[in-house]
Amino acid sequence: MPPPSDRRPGFSRRAQFGIFSGYVAAVLGALVGAILIVIAIVDNGSFAFLRRGADEVAAPVGAAGSVARAGSRGFFQRIGDYFDAADKNAALRREVEIARVQQIRMRALATENHRLKALLGVTDSASPPIATTRMVASTSASTRRFAIIGAGSRQGVEVRMPVRTALGLVGRVLEVGPNTSRVLLVTDSENVVPIRRARDGIAAFSEGQADGRLRLRLINVGVNPLKRGDVFVTSGSGGIYRPGIPVAQVQELTPDGAIARILSDPAASEFVIVDRVFQELPEPPSPAAPAPATAP
Amino acid sequence: MAIVRKPRGLGGRQPLVRLPRAQNVLNERLRSRINRAPSPLVSRGLPWLSVLLLSLVPFAPIVASAPIMPPLAFMALLAWRMLRPGMLPVWAGAPLGAFDDLYSGQPFGSAVLLWSAAMLVMEIVDVRLRWRGFLQDWALAAALIAGYLVLATLLANATGGRTPLAAILPQLALSLVVHPLVTRGVALLDRLRLVPVSRVRR
Repeated sequence: MPPPSDRRPGFSRRAQFGIFSGYVAAVLGALVGAILIVIAIVDNGSFAFLRRGADEVAAPVGAAGSVARAGSRGFFQRIGDYFDAADKNAALRREVEIARVQQIRMRALATENHRLKALLGVTDSASPPIATTRMVASTSASTRRFAIIGAGSRQGVEVRMPVRTALGLVGRVLEVGPNTSRVLLVTDSENVVPIRRARDGIAAFSEGQADGRLRLRLINVGVNPLKRGDVFVTSGSGGIYRPGIPVAQVQELTPDGAIARILSDPAASEFVIVDRVFQELPEPPSPAAPAPATAP
Repeated sequence: MAIVRKPRGLGGRQPLVRLPRAQNVLNERLRSRINRAPSPLVSRGLPWLSVLLLSLVPFAPIVASAPIMPPLAFMALLAWRMLRPGMLPVWAGAPLGAFDDLYSGQPFGSAVLLWSAAMLVMEIVDVRLRWRGFLQDWALAAALIAGYLVLATLLANATGGRTPLAAILPQLALSLVVHPLVTRGVALLDRLRLVPVSRVRR
């Protein structure tokens, strides 16, 4: 195929000028882009107002999408469930029996705990969630991992609030609009979450990896005590996340920690819960730079 | 004009039996195809609209916990530019990129810069090369997509991310494989773009 011939407009001054001004506009566009990038690098939250407006406009599309997302997952799961129904049935029955015994034991422990707390005078800080809402979008092509949820300042959502599902931690609120908010997911490489092993409280940090898994770094470096299958929960240090939210399960070991699978895949969850910030810091940092707030 | 057909074995021309109705239907069908022109709004706007809609892919019901999705909006822009040079102006990368930046999660300005640069590169390549072919287009698109993904990752890292470049390799591979499909899709849209719908008025 030969290239188009409309590049040489002949002697028409007007056509020549049109082509020239097109090039000028394109170069100017690239320059404007470069300037915008520099502004975004200097001040991360500088274009938040644009994104907020855009998210508000497009959120209804995403709400429909999230229903379809959850529905289609259920459909494939339902087909898969038929393949090993008998085995699964037996296994589940066994599990229910064990769980029933454990539930009774847990209830006893809870009452005992309650009594002991009352003795010590500790007030229970568990507060009802701010909002339960849909996850309407999550970035797909960019290496940054953000999501948009369908609740904003009108529903009481504020910057830094933790977002979770029933299965585990999803992320924390980064930018808030009137009816939507942008969430920095746990899998983003900027999100550092203080965690501890659920079994014995070995402290570590989780850091998002680009491939959707988490990188766990132990605070005490030495002999790596982790094993495959260890479950990590939030430790509560840093003050954003309340302690005990499940985060990740160890998949592979590394010299200074582990690579872990996230327990509540943010991209696959339809409904999320926005919680209150666990403990307000005495001096809250500016919303433009919330990253240091996660460090203990 | 009566429609006639030649029945086998009988010889001679005989008029169609169900003439009046069939004739009307046929006339309607013919009439709906003549004296029509494509809608100028659709024929000029469909390239813009398709790229804008693909920028909304983050809202689609797709489960992606890793950056594995190809940059479909950028690829559609490239495909339009390759299929119909001059259809989208040279400066189209800036406004389309600005819209993409609102939703893609990249720092604002990254697509404005990179898409504009890609359009300029395409112009330069078009001036240099005197002939175009499928493989050559694919190779050029591969180079542009690879450059775009690498630079986009570097820009995202400059504003707080810490993604190693190796992490985008699966996405890059998928993008290169998907590119011919995107060009097919764009070619389909290009045919839809010129469907004659509105009546020509004098």
